[in-house]
Amino acid sequence: MLRKVLYIDLTRQESWIEERQELFESWMGGTGVGIRLLQEECPPGTDPLSPEAPIILSIGPLNGVFPVATKTAATFKSPLTGNLGESYAGGRLSLALRFAGHEAVVIKGRAERPSYISINDQEVRIKDATSIWGVDAQTTGIILRDREPGVGRRSIIRIGPAGEAGVRFACVMVDTYRHFGRLGLGAVFGSKNLKALAVSGTEHVDVPDIKRYKAVYNRLYRAAVHTEVMEKYHDIGTSVNISVLNWLRGLPTKNFLLSSFPEGENIAGEVFAEKHLIRRFSCAGCPIGCVHIAALKTAFSEHHEFEVRRVSYDYEPIYSLGSNLGVKTAEGILQLIDACERLGLDVMSAGVVLSWATEALEKKLIAEKETMGVPLQWNEVEGYAKALNLMVRAPNEFYASLARGAEYAAAKYGGQEYAMTLGGNEVSGYHTGPASIVGQLVGSRHSHLDNAGYGIDQKAIKKPMDLETMVEEIIKEDNSRGVFNSLVACLFARGVYSEDNIIDSLGAVGIEKSKDDLESLGERIFQEKYKFKVQEGFDLSAARVPRRFYETVSASGMVTVERVQEMLDIYRKKRGWS
Amino acid sequence: MGDKQAGAIEKVQARAVAVHVAEDSTLAARPKMRRRLKVAHPERCIGCLGCMFACSRIRSGTVSLDSSAIKVRTQGGIEGDYRVVVCRACRDPPCARACPTGALEKKAGGMVVFHKDLCTGCGSCEKACLVGAIALGKEKMPIKCIHCGSCVEFCPHGVLEIEEIALEGE
Repeated sequence: MLRKVLYIDLTRQESWIEERQELFESWMGGTGVGIRLLQEECPPGTDPLSPEAPIILSIGPLNGVFPVATKTAATFKSPLTGNLGESYAGGRLSLALRFAGHEAVVIKGRAERPSYISINDQEVRIKDATSIWGVDAQTTGIILRDREPGVGRRSIIRIGPAGEAGVRFACVMVDTYRHFGRLGLGAVFGSKNLKALAVSGTEHVDVPDIKRYKAVYNRLYRAAVHTEVMEKYHDIGTSVNISVLNWLRGLPTKNFLLSSFPEGENIAGEVFAEKHLIRRFSCAGCPIGCVHIAALKTAFSEHHEFEVRRVSYDYEPIYSLGSNLGVKTAEGILQLIDACERLGLDVMSAGVVLSWATEALEKKLIAEKETMGVPLQWNEVEGYAKALNLMVRAPNEFYASLARGAEYAAAKYGGQEYAMTLGGNEVSGYHTGPASIVGQLVGSRHSHLDNAGYGIDQKAIKKPMDLETMVEEIIKEDNSRGVFNSLVACLFARGVYSEDNIIDSLGAVGIEKSKDDLESLGERIFQEKYKFKVQEGFDLSAARVPRRFYETVSASGMVTVERVQEMLDIYRKKRGWS
Repeated sequence: MGDKQAGAIEKVQARAVAVHVAEDSTLAARPKMRRRLKVAHPERCIGCLGCMFACSRIRSGTVSLDSSAIKVRTQGGIEGDYRVVVCRACRDPPCARACPTGALEKKAGGMVVFHKDLCTGCGSCEKACLVGAIALGKEKMPIKCIHCGSCVEFCPHGVLEIEEIALEGE
């Protein structure tokens, strides 16, 4: 396997390929390579929306080669938090990059006018996208499919109007229904006049020992398909957790005013599955098929005329645009998810920004003048849909502030105690206890998926755990996920890729690693990410925890400031940062 | 076809699973059968491409989409329905008829075999197949389904099946 980086300069309309064997040998791929390239390409203090800011897409040695290794890592400077931007997407992107022969792509500069990048094997072209600037993210895909080669094996990633307008939590849609969702990659695309990127390739991968490869492949495939380790994702999907979290009192409701939703049973995963689910599909290379697609059928006249929209759903959007906004129906939630899809907004941030605004209006920190008469009230689906559009259009200062995220809006209008962000990123759907809060706060991208603190809380509910053990679990998880995200496998497949299976699958593609090697790689990756965060001004000791977390009962009971502070102290000590 | 290649194919066929055998298979009067890959439930496809990887991996020992004889196509991106294209094992195979050099040869009984040494890479077979089941690969050689069924066990949703059909003339 040649380990190549493709560089694209939009300003100079140039591209070139560099062989970076040593980079991949030391840092594996995915997030490991991503953070190192970010350090190389993004000088201290770079404006994340300037031409100098890089976009880095990277895959790892297992992508396209083994089942469920389907993710691509995006690394950038986040316009939302001002420090590390890191996001993962499935779909067909990792496969397309693998067969185009580029393990990493670095995009810099700013095109003179709206453009898109077309990569076919070694050929890279920067093409005019003027006529599709302003077109929604889904339609952009439809248009480019007719123009670009590689049906069935290509990937088309693109932004909607939110990314063009520089909404700080705009996402990049990947092959429809999948996304680089978090931390504002869409805005970085928009700032470069980059509407889309299409990739396809016809290369193949030669493995050193086909027998060994087949044996490992079969073992991993069987674990994914014929054992229970991925059953949850195969059946109802992640949304199965709505009922579970609601019952545990860990489902954030109405901006965390409550931790269970009295109408929760109406928006449970089971309801979506029975009433709306029409099909499931997979990211290329994954036999699970966890992507759940609902049909949203709405009448547009009294004469039985309907429009049908196909909308993908998961746990997090049902939380952020559902319980978190007091939306009581699956239909209402699907309508809001669809609005975010078209605009190209991150559903999680969008929901949390709206829930802050709803409470701020209720508490009279803002008035009708700011909202322009839009009723921002719990369960007001139409009002929320309008507000999402207004965030993108930003017709006044208030909506322009919302477009910068809840942290920014609350700093301006007040209500910081219930602006639900950690490290500047809108929080995910878990009020499970202290490990979830601490985990998202210390995680390098302030995501629940950094270290799954919510899972540690749930373990601790079943079997009490002292704070030190919880912190140790967070660190262990954070480090091991650094390796996982360098392969780049889907985090849903953690049960398939045991440490031994990781070592065997790497061995089958000619990369020999020991347990110690992987452990030290995980630690090194984490430290490099923090170096970047600190360089860009992140200070863990000054990080804000919204008071609301301590006022609403969690799945572990009331969480106290003291416990969270103690965990942070232990954390710093264990990381060697005292 | 060289003996070595024929042997390899037989071995693959012997290993394949999920054979739908006719109920009267134990009867002595049973006609001679050949195997045919069938897209039994195309609407159940989730687009994982596991079959394509299996085809490349098991038949040609490589990690590739382009050396797969089975193709999973999208129609209107992943929003649309998947189309699974496999060789139909035609009774009167247009690919063999179109082949000007005899590289694709219809055997007695109906099987089409490929003689690599006779192939000039002209692509007539590709043009002749209406369903698009045969196509030239990177080496300008047709990639042809041998109905071995290796893909079947890597389809998690039972889209693919191997069925047995009577040999011609039986």
